[in-house]
Amino acid sequence: MTPTKQTPLDTKAKRDLEAAPLVEAPDPGRLNYLNADYGWKSWLFTTDHKRIAILYLVSISVMFFIGGLMAVGIRLELITPPGDLVQSETYNKMFTMHGIVMVFFFLIPSIPAVLGNFLIPIMIGAKDLAFPRLNLASWYIYMVGGAITMGAMIHGGVDTGWTFYTPYSTAFSNSNVMLAGVGIFIAGFSSILTGFNFIVTIHKMRAPGLTWFRMPLFVWAHYATSIIQVLGTPVVAVTILMVAVERAFHLGLFDPTRGGDPVLFQHLFWFYSHPAVYIMILPSMGVISELVTCFSRKRIFGYEVIAMSSMAIAVVGFLVWGHHMFVSGQSTYAGMVFSALSFLVAIPSAIKVFNWTATLFRGSISYDAPMIYAGGFIGLFTIGGLTGLFLAAMGLDVHVHDTYFVVAHFHYIMVGGAIMGYLGGLHFWWPKITGRMYNETWARAAAVIVFTGFHLTFFPQFILGYLGMPRRYHGYPEEFQVLNVMSSAGASILGLGYLIPAVYLAWSMRYGKKAPNNPWAAQGLEWQTASPPSTANFDTPPVVPDEAYHYAASEVIVV
Amino acid sequence: MWSGFPLFPEQASTHAGRVDALYFFLIALTAFFSLLIGFMVIGFAIRYRRRSPDDRPPAIYGSLALELTWTIIPLGIVAVIFFWSADVYLSLNRVPKDAIEVHVVGKRWMWKVQHITGQREINELHVPVGVPVKLTLTSEDVIHSFFIPAFRVKKDALPARYTTAWFQATKPGRYHLFCAEYCGTRHSNMIGSIVVMEPAAFQAWLAGGGPGVSLASAGEKLFQDLACVTCHKADSGARGPALDGLFGRPVALADGGTVTADETYIRESIVAPSAKVVAGYQPIMPTFQGLVSEEQLLQLVAYVRSLKAKAPAAGAPPAPPVAAAPGARP
Ligand code: HEC
Ligand SMILES: [Cu+2]
Ligand SMILES: [Cu+2]
Repeated sequence: MTPTKQTPLDTKAKRDLEAAPLVEAPDPGRLNYLNADYGWKSWLFTTDHKRIAILYLVSISVMFFIGGLMAVGIRLELITPPGDLVQSETYNKMFTMHGIVMVFFFLIPSIPAVLGNFLIPIMIGAKDLAFPRLNLASWYIYMVGGAITMGAMIHGGVDTGWTFYTPYSTAFSNSNVMLAGVGIFIAGFSSILTGFNFIVTIHKMRAPGLTWFRMPLFVWAHYATSIIQVLGTPVVAVTILMVAVERAFHLGLFDPTRGGDPVLFQHLFWFYSHPAVYIMILPSMGVISELVTCFSRKRIFGYEVIAMSSMAIAVVGFLVWGHHMFVSGQSTYAGMVFSALSFLVAIPSAIKVFNWTATLFRGSISYDAPMIYAGGFIGLFTIGGLTGLFLAAMGLDVHVHDTYFVVAHFHYIMVGGAIMGYLGGLHFWWPKITGRMYNETWARAAAVIVFTGFHLTFFPQFILGYLGMPRRYHGYPEEFQVLNVMSSAGASILGLGYLIPAVYLAWSMRYGKKAPNNPWAAQGLEWQTASPPSTANFDTPPVVPDEAYHYAASEVIVV
Repeated sequence: MWSGFPLFPEQASTHAGRVDALYFFLIALTAFFSLLIGFMVIGFAIRYRRRSPDDRPPAIYGSLALELTWTIIPLGIVAVIFFWSADVYLSLNRVPKDAIEVHVVGKRWMWKVQHITGQREINELHVPVGVPVKLTLTSEDVIHSFFIPAFRVKKDALPARYTTAWFQATKPGRYHLFCAEYCGTRHSNMIGSIVVMEPAAFQAWLAGGGPGVSLASAGEKLFQDLACVTCHKADSGARGPALDGLFGRPVALADGGTVTADETYIRESIVAPSAKVVAGYQPIMPTFQGLVSEEQLLQLVAYVRSLKAKAPAAGAPPAPPVAAAPGARP
């Protein structure tokens, strides 16, 4: 039991050999943030970051359900080659709403607004976010944006695709572009304010001893995400404003018949919307770092490298937007720069995957449900990331651009990656959030079903895409049917996989076993407080003496 | 048996093989790394599974050497893919000099094709096998994208500007033509076929359409009918600049800038003459926006392109060669 190598880490090493402080079982009569008050006002006017997180959890779950229903419609329509189930107008509105709802109202807020909101203050030992009322305001802004967008949907829908390409959106579509745009515009501010709140909180409110390089990687990931939210979202807001102004006052911004440039829209749109992919995936990566360490009881391999790779992704991610325009007539040399940078941004992601894998090496690995999600994430994200290389490769992108290959790729990242991370995190912190344990058997089964259903749904789409099936097609040639049927069949399994957790998680809130404070024997400040935490998070302000993931070790190895 | 359930698209152009080679390389790479990561994750999960609740794994401190290894190796790999794929892409932009020209106008929801010899088609494009074909694309309304999966070629058709693409078919047959950029209600009906024919059959097909009026002569007629000729004539008193030898030449503008007179510029000079005014002239040219269709614009552009510089003595650089019309071949 002696360190294999004597190093300057001596004191650290000594502490490494000590066990984590385990907290005793909760006191049943104790007040926590959930039972502190029951009135509806105590929820709708709360400034407690934990309650706001719950408000978000409920709202984004509703949005996920609506977006999911649209997906059901799409997959049903695509079972047969002719567009015969619904009208083309309806089909186009379905995929548009699916995209808008899932991207702007589910994926972007998902991990940050729910798990980030709940955990960041606790993880850094603070009582709340820096601006609690602003946090509540963000939720209201989100709700107003969501309501307006839903209004646009009920009032006849939008048919531009979530990408709103001009001049179709400005001069041709006679659907509710304005209303939907206003909804997204407003919701964007929610995202900006949340990001801003996180940045200030992380800078200013860390507990004594919690230096930057002791922060959990979940916090680092959110820090990087917040930077993108604050810097990127205003650009998409302005872009939507420009679309609105052009529709309303017929200015020639994008419409070439009035001297505008339709491709300018694509530049502006993707300047935000490519980094937006990282708003969705970086927090998920943060979750995975927490899961992998906890369920292998080991410090993370390459902490600094993982933290900095998040920052690198946030920065370089802003410089790759042109890879969406390789066939738009964009200059060849601009295209080459964008292609090169897109390849570059793949590297930090690859580094993360290698470091997670290395963390497992010689760990003490348990197969709890969150860990199965984490494994699923690594599998899906690896394929999603590698197929991104196909799209960054200009000569190849020309063929697969705007086909189902792209659809498959970004679902591997955004659904396979982001949602696996979200579900993994939700399970992991569920005992902390609700104070209850869910049914482990069901949870493991659901994780496996989601993983399998996901592949069955989206893998055939890679093949379809290379065969040449364009995206957003209501009808398609006969020879594409078999693969489409496979995809739709897989989607039914995937849908089931998403429904099961909804049931047993809801069930656990009432009937689940009471959760101990630290059910996974995990490290991190959130596990040192009660489950669920009190309104003030900690009874005594915590002090952080160690690096993150300071799991008790048998020996210290320096490679 | 697999005809109803293809897993791989037909290869019917000289370009297709190059794209597919890159594709297979990337598939191999993806398979390799996915399996590597997959085996490691599953392997470690089994090998190092928790055996007792108080297992204590070692604390391993990261290694710079390893981090560098898995940074530099992927960097090397993506560098290879970058150069390879850029090369494939560049070849798509290098249109062979002897390509025959086809003009395509996208319109919701159809493709209108004009051969340089005057034949027109809708949602079909007949081309000879073994001959490079250059497409000049534009759109009457929104953005469309001209996509021929069997050729691995795709290019957006944008309103108010011209984009180009080219291919050389290798196998006679009928291939899908799709619109790949979402363009509204009937986007998935904006489809058609590319018919690749043996050269002799193609010549017969061209002749079958009757002695078509070539694009440039159609443009010349328009030039007369629309009275362009009243201002643009080759005498010193003309109110507009002479257009001979204009194509491909740099044009000095009134605001001090210069542009190269390409198709998009000529088109713009006709529909939005005041956008770029030629130095030394008054902005008196009326706009023809709405008076001429995109197809007629293509004809006018083809005509202006066909006007060779009269006497290279005046110091004007000679016009670059214009691609030969296919009808000229025996
Ligand atoms: C009323 C006289 C007039 C008529 C009619 C007219 N133009 Fe012009 N055009 C001009 C003048 C003057 C200019 C130079 C100033 C400018 O760029 O607007 C010009 C410029 C051009 C240019 C750019 C020339 C260069 O050197 O860059 C093109 C091409 C052109 N016209 C084509 C046409 C065509 C095709 C028509 C008929 C559809 C037409 N014009 C009708 C007066 C006219
Ligand atoms: Cu992108
Ligand atoms: Cu289309």
